[in-house]
Amino acid sequence: MAASLVRIFSKSCRQISRPWGASRAAWRSRSTNPAADVSSDQAAGGVSFPPLQTYSEEESMMREAVKKYAQERIAPFVSKMDENSTMDEEVIKSLFEQGLMGIEIDPEYNGTGSTFFASILVIEELAKVDPSVAVLCDIQNTLINTLFAELGTTAQKEQYLSRLTTDMVGSFCLSEAESGSDAFSLKTRADKHKDYYIINGSKLWISNAEHAGVFLVMANVDPSSVPEKNILGQIGQGYKYAIGMLNGGRIGIAAQMVGLAQGCFDNTIPYTRQRVQFGKRLFDFQGMQHQIAHVATQIEAGRLLTYNAARLKEAGRPFIKEACMAKYFTAEVATLTTSKCIEWMGGVGFTKDYPIEKYYRDCKIGTIYEGTTNVQLSTMAKLIDKEYDS
Amino acid sequence: MSGRVLVGVKRVIDYAVKIRVKPDNSGVVTDGVKHSMNPFCEIAVEEAVKLKEKKFIKEVVAVSCGPQQAQETIRTALAMGADRGIHVEVTGKDYDTLGPLQVSKIFAALAKKEDAQLLILGKQAIDDDCNQTGQMTAALLDWPQGTFASEVSLEGDKIKVVREIDGGLETIKINTPAVLTADLRLNTPRYATLPNIMKAKKKKIAQVKPADLGVDITSRLEVLRVDEPPQRLAGVTVETVDDLVAKLKESGTI
Repeated sequence: MAASLVRIFSKSCRQISRPWGASRAAWRSRSTNPAADVSSDQAAGGVSFPPLQTYSEEESMMREAVKKYAQERIAPFVSKMDENSTMDEEVIKSLFEQGLMGIEIDPEYNGTGSTFFASILVIEELAKVDPSVAVLCDIQNTLINTLFAELGTTAQKEQYLSRLTTDMVGSFCLSEAESGSDAFSLKTRADKHKDYYIINGSKLWISNAEHAGVFLVMANVDPSSVPEKNILGQIGQGYKYAIGMLNGGRIGIAAQMVGLAQGCFDNTIPYTRQRVQFGKRLFDFQGMQHQIAHVATQIEAGRLLTYNAARLKEAGRPFIKEACMAKYFTAEVATLTTSKCIEWMGGVGFTKDYPIEKYYRDCKIGTIYEGTTNVQLSTMAKLIDKEYDS
Repeated sequence: MSGRVLVGVKRVIDYAVKIRVKPDNSGVVTDGVKHSMNPFCEIAVEEAVKLKEKKFIKEVVAVSCGPQQAQETIRTALAMGADRGIHVEVTGKDYDTLGPLQVSKIFAALAKKEDAQLLILGKQAIDDDCNQTGQMTAALLDWPQGTFASEVSLEGDKIKVVREIDGGLETIKINTPAVLTADLRLNTPRYATLPNIMKAKKKKIAQVKPADLGVDITSRLEVLRVDEPPQRLAGVTVETVDDLVAKLKESGTI
């Protein structure tokens, strides 16, 4: 009796479960498509599902303007800056003049009032000429400005944002001698003393140290000595802020790596088309063609990962995994590309007379700063693990 | 005086592009080829914007004749500091045959309609190298002209222009309204900064047709054929001056 009841019950359960399963699948597909339609419409003004390399008119104009500016105002200084290990003051000044140091900031604070994707395009174009200049622009836009814009009080924004967009470079001080990847084991303390804080500790890898006018220092605070004026955001939330902002910064670094790889590639291919050995152009050897095509594919894939992560972030959709993928992958691509480019150029690729070896030296930092490759991979794995939770 | 300056800007094939002749020799390949603002037009825009910054004039209007894409060129001028744009729509076959005579008629009509105090153009376009539009426009308007300008200064209601001519530099003083054409050394055009590109989005571009201005754009010229220049032949090296003289005599040169 019980058994037959169970049988009937289980049969009816099975019948119930099928329509439930079907509707769940329908719900899943319904939930993904509308979002895709909305973001592609927003991205391309009415056209559904445009390619990732689709830009608004202003994004195209900006990219052209920065390309021209970088070729004329930065390229001539690159080898001298490299030799002297110094960023030229004129170059920094011209970055401000072009409006490249406050791309997402509101015109109220003298910013450009454009989008995150525009920043990405700018960083990519700058990196094609000099990755070091690109990262100065990247840090200012994706780390410093973002922190002030999102967390600053009106007074702080007025005091700092107008300067950051106009003539003041910002610095980001997180790492210490004993804490890099293990960022939040940092030891620097900020102890309250009347209405100011005394900061004790020492930071390493202080970005733009020689040029910065404002330094964002991450420090431990005794929570009972409560905040005010020169604290950005709320006490105790620093970890969350830093992590949040590094997620976006990651995409900036990916853009830098894409630009680096492309710039190096663009400087190399003309040589392979010109140089003749054994009666034909280097480019005409099948071995070369296969290597070149492979590298070009990797750069394109890296670019698409970067652009997609940027568009996801702009659309307010989850993007952390994609940002990690972009940074990890493009850093690898930059290493591969620059290494191959030196080989393709032969002896001249190795010499300082050509820009190739600088790209090769510069590429390694992509696997290190703003979260090492291993950290990116672990972050991705954690997110992937969560995806299979339900 | 209205304090208004009209600047003509032309969309041409970018100077860095390698030009290729179409297989049917009817013209050059333009499809899919990078285009930008004519370099001399950039210099013209820069001069107009500079005059506005020095408060000699009140408004800079960028004008371009051509198909839809001409608006990109106008936007670049807006991003450099022009206040508004006028796009004179000319498409298809009409655009292929559009030349200095028709353009100068259009500019003359616009200069009158907009009550312009000054018309600044590039001295020539890098695609046809005509060097005619500025001069023709001045003639149609019966305005004085300061062409090949390498220096411009406004003095009351007159303009002092230093012109680059074959013999050197010539300085003239002309009345306004006038037509100026910009030469290479007049100034160094500014970059369109990112904030200005954003501001340019909000500036207006008006659309007109040549017929609205009462201009007939039929061409009096017909292009028969376009060819590449002949391949440059290799030279011959000679050992001595005597050899050189002998070879020159041989080829009938002397």
